[in-house]
Amino acid sequence: MAWAAASKLANNFLFPGPLDVAEALARSARNGVLFRALAKTTTRLLLGYSASLVGGVALGVSLARVRALRDTLGVLVLGLQAIPSVCWMPVALLAFGLNERAIFSVVVLGSMLSVSIATESAVRNVQPIIVRAAATMGATGWTLWRRVMLPAALPGIVSGARLGWTFAWRSLMAAELLFVSGGLGQVLEQGRELYDMAQVLGVVLVIVTFGLLSEALLFARIERSMRLRWGIER
Amino acid sequence: MLLGEHTAARASAPSCDDGSGPIIALRGVGKSFVDAEGRSTIALEPVDIDVRRGEFLCLVGPSGCGKSTILNLVAGLEAPTHGTIAIRGEPVKGPGPDRTVMFQEAALFPWLTVLENVLFPLQVARVAKAEALSRAERYLRMVHLWKFRDARPHELSGGMKQRAALARSLVIEPEILLMDEPFGALDAQTADLLHAELETIWRETRKTVVFVTHNPREAVRLGDRVIVLGTRPGRVKRVVSIDLPRPRDQEQRDVALLAAVLRNELKSEIEKVLREEVDDGWRPAQEPVRPGPDRGLGGGI
Ligand SMILES: Nc1ncnc2c1ncn2[C@@H]1O[C@H](COP(=O)(O)OP(=O)(O)OP(=O)(O)O)[C@@H](O)[C@H]1O
Ligand SMILES: [Mg+2]
Repeated sequence: MAWAAASKLANNFLFPGPLDVAEALARSARNGVLFRALAKTTTRLLLGYSASLVGGVALGVSLARVRALRDTLGVLVLGLQAIPSVCWMPVALLAFGLNERAIFSVVVLGSMLSVSIATESAVRNVQPIIVRAAATMGATGWTLWRRVMLPAALPGIVSGARLGWTFAWRSLMAAELLFVSGGLGQVLEQGRELYDMAQVLGVVLVIVTFGLLSEALLFARIERSMRLRWGIER
Repeated sequence: MLLGEHTAARASAPSCDDGSGPIIALRGVGKSFVDAEGRSTIALEPVDIDVRRGEFLCLVGPSGCGKSTILNLVAGLEAPTHGTIAIRGEPVKGPGPDRTVMFQEAALFPWLTVLENVLFPLQVARVAKAEALSRAERYLRMVHLWKFRDARPHELSGGMKQRAALARSLVIEPEILLMDEPFGALDAQTADLLHAELETIWRETRKTVVFVTHNPREAVRLGDRVIVLGTRPGRVKRVVSIDLPRPRDQEQRDVALLAAVLRNELKSEIEKVLREEVDDGWRPAQEPVRPGPDRGLGGGI
């Protein structure tokens, strides 16, 4: 209501009212632009994110296991993690050209490291008594990892995965905006070029909703139910 | 005089009923730890301990004297710096299904239910599913936790957690049960109940138990034999056979009397620790009989 009133008062193309935004959204929904963009973005996100999950957990476990790796690669990972993923874009462009692989690599670089850092610390923080108990029951090697270490570290890994998800989402939006190659980011960029604030705001709304929904509904729930089950939280 | 007791420690270790020697034999077993800076701490001076098959052996001693170290060594979780540990004559190379350990904390896996926790060692040992289930049920009933099989560890009380851990230790039917202050964190009544349960289980299943405690009454309540460890570093100070009839009661007079003897023995050790901490250990002249490491080692050969 306040938004509608304010926009009436301003009466400016830079300040569209809620109706204009809804109309812009409806328009892009009707001509399919929005859905095509959403589908493309989601595909990229899921692809990049699953790769960073797998890669991040594998890297984190190796870092936790191998001391020599931790002293070398571990330092590098911490350093790389400090770089905003946007900075990877010129690198990715030069390496792969303007294509899906460039976008994929930006998403992976943006989110994998936080997953691996969380995994590493989760694995290293598994209580020694749990490991000793498992050892006395004969769990070694692969069995020990699959049945004890990973489940014990899972709450920490899931927190990392949640962080990684938001990083993947942000990196992807940045990449789509700059590379202008389909997806929600491009619709946003088009809106800017056409001075169509209603469309820009509409897409921002979609992005926020998508982010909030996945974060709050999916990850927060998984994390909480797991913490309840593990007895970390009541 | 201490040396005499040391020798007595070995002599008093009864030989096995069938004459085939002790089930667990520690010969000159010592352990030191080396920290990150390369300094080494002696956790355990070389000791000789024999455990007879089916025996309930208690280890008492002041904090830091190496009780847990001994258990971890027998469990195969740690390797000795000196000496040899043999189970039925075979040197220990690592953890094995013939020995299980119960720690002071239950160390249950929080992501599994009580039943799944008890099934875990059976699954690792690839016991067939039906057989595993029936065994898990038998032992969970034995510790009166079958009703709570679907609960998660964090939903159990301290005593229930330890009972679940006991069931998990028993379910692979090991010959040897190693217990490291398993009831140390429980209130007296709960501990009493668990003593009775443990005694019954031990009698029915005829296991060999090595039970670590810092409580002399608990040791006398449960043990066939009690080894008092001296401190710092640990060594065998005295061995006491408990010939009282079972089941015993912690409040019983004979139990209290024997426990008082052990407590005196412990007290002098604890005072020694305090003196060493205060004086930084510059008063060795007052304790000329303290056996050196080489003497302990020599006794083991
Ligand atoms: N991993 C380790 N690294 C270094 N020192 C150790 C380690 N484990 C034990 N120690 C040292 O070895 C000595 C014996 O330890 P241990 O845990 O066996 O004592 P304890 O008799 O079980 O004591 P408590 O009754 O307090 O449990 C202690 O002085 C301890 O500081
Ligand atoms: Mg201990």
